[in-house]
Amino acid sequence: MTNGTAMKPLMEIKNLTTRFYTQDGVVNAVNGISYTLDPGEILGVVGESGCGKSVHALSIMRLIQIPPGEIPAGEVFFGGRDLLKLSEREMRMVRGHEIAMVFQDPMSSLNPVYTVGFQISEALMLHKKMNRSQAKVRAIELLNLVGIPEATKRFDNYPHQFSGGMRQRAMIAMALSCEPKLLIADEPTTALDVTIQAQIINLVIRLQEELGMSVMWITHDLGIVAEMVHRINVMYAGFIIERGFVDDIYNHTLHPYTMGLLGSLPSIDEAPGTKLISIPGLPPDLIALPEGCPFFARCTYRVEQCHQERPQLENAQEAGHTVACWRWREIQGFGVA
Amino acid sequence: MNSENKVLLQVINLKKYFPVSRGLFTNRQTRYVKAVDDVSFEVFDGETLGLVGETGCGKTTVARTILQLYRPTSGNIIFDGIDLTSLAENELRKIRRRMQMIFQDPYASLNPRMTVGNIISAPLDVHTDLGGKEKQDKVQDLLRLVGLNPDFVNRYPHEFSGGQRQRIGIARALALNPDLVICDEPISSLDVSIQAQVVNLLEELQDRLGLTYIFVAHDLSMVRHISDRMVVMYLGKVMELADRNEIYLRPRHPYTRALMSAVPIPNPRKARDRQRILLKGDIPSPLNPPNGCNFNTRCPMAQAICFNTDPEYREIEPRHYVACHFA
Repeated sequence: MTNGTAMKPLMEIKNLTTRFYTQDGVVNAVNGISYTLDPGEILGVVGESGCGKSVHALSIMRLIQIPPGEIPAGEVFFGGRDLLKLSEREMRMVRGHEIAMVFQDPMSSLNPVYTVGFQISEALMLHKKMNRSQAKVRAIELLNLVGIPEATKRFDNYPHQFSGGMRQRAMIAMALSCEPKLLIADEPTTALDVTIQAQIINLVIRLQEELGMSVMWITHDLGIVAEMVHRINVMYAGFIIERGFVDDIYNHTLHPYTMGLLGSLPSIDEAPGTKLISIPGLPPDLIALPEGCPFFARCTYRVEQCHQERPQLENAQEAGHTVACWRWREIQGFGVA
Repeated sequence: MNSENKVLLQVINLKKYFPVSRGLFTNRQTRYVKAVDDVSFEVFDGETLGLVGETGCGKTTVARTILQLYRPTSGNIIFDGIDLTSLAENELRKIRRRMQMIFQDPYASLNPRMTVGNIISAPLDVHTDLGGKEKQDKVQDLLRLVGLNPDFVNRYPHEFSGGQRQRIGIARALALNPDLVICDEPISSLDVSIQAQVVNLLEELQDRLGLTYIFVAHDLSMVRHISDRMVVMYLGKVMELADRNEIYLRPRHPYTRALMSAVPIPNPRKARDRQRILLKGDIPSPLNPPNGCNFNTRCPMAQAICFNTDPEYREIEPRHYVACHFA
């Protein structure tokens, strides 16, 4: 939210670090990220495959399998306690109840042998201690809330009888069943068609306004988040490399990687024959992270310092806008590539 | 691109129905999925024609039927004056070298047991009688052309990233100097920054080699970027066809309008100002399309006539075709 400074944050993450031990070596998936999330805020977490955006969300939910995973450092303060220090039993009461998650592929997140209605009721009976008939009434309300037509009839359907968009709606209904304070949506529209994607985005915006929860929307598409989020974390190789309010990220882009990501998208009013600005090369190997800036190898503006020292997030001119780049002041002078 | 170019490919009243067998033991084929139902368009030499639509609209079936990977149920496909639908397999093989395809999934479309060199030279083995040395040179030229290191010939696909694999697929498609390349969602499995690399490469190759592309995709912003003209399909039919700017600035079909308004805009101010047209409901099953206009179940403008009469696909302005009663 825009007046966020006075508010007590809903979640505060400090130095979160996640690694995986594999045969090839230690994969540094998330490398010490820190940020806060305000009540009622919609946060976009943007980055490409392997940037750690999903792993960081799974770490918050403590859904990382240990081993091969490990969270060697970091704190996740939520509701006055550090989630990383809770017992598995306490954590189970946080998942679904206080923080809920919606995943990319709605088919594999639903159990094919139970009805959709049963799967929604299950959470209500567990967390809200409802009996079967109360849970059914509430589940039908929820199906209505997420815009599933003929909810009473649909309650008894199995997941295969739902279309992709309806399954994702059902997943959202399930996630909202215990009125979580935070909804984490991990690429929830990637598997859907554009017109259905537009429906789901609209639904989440509407529900956020009605229910007042916070939303974390994880995506690789800077186009999708532009119209719905308040703030954006841009991630690269397990680091947050730029963070700020949505207008600042798009209109006063500071990090060369964010510039490259935006340049890779065709603009809506581009002239015919315009070339896309692509980022050369590939993201770094997370097993052998470079010592300096993780974006060094692909950056047009790199200098020797970038190779030697890793830049930390520092404040830019606008309030709440931070960037991890040694040269952001100079680069701004060059204009957007 | 100018409209006076010669027509390279003509698709005339193309239909492709797939029979659906019912029952486990009986094999009664009583129903059909009308994957492509009466589709006509032309592709000009040297242009990029974008073919867009959502899941099940028949865009990939059109692409495969053009190459005769599926034989059409009816209709004609005229490639450079030759009707492909009347050709026998051995005659087709000769003409196939002029039409190539780039596939969606760079992981599934490259044989994991073949080296990159063998993958790229496979079309040369089939269609040419080049000697070993000439073939090797050609493969290295192709690798260089798509921006890969020519020393990679002896590596296997798993050693490459998604974007690099897609470059290998492009090199293979270009091995025989084709006239027409059908790109079936070539970038949808790639990361954003890599997508731009591949699209830039495709555009560069087109300029250099004078290729004609049919670019199949569901990502409208990228199709709009790369295409000269766009075909919008829905449930097996063409809804609208026009020049890229025309279809973007003045879409006439309500479905095209909704599609265009659903394209994410990477600019928060413009995105907030934009009026979204939200469609109700889902795409109907192609097994059971509605009567009348295919789009009537979701159309915000549907009237009585839309539920009885299939709208005629007609040219409402020069080079702008629409199938809607109210366009």
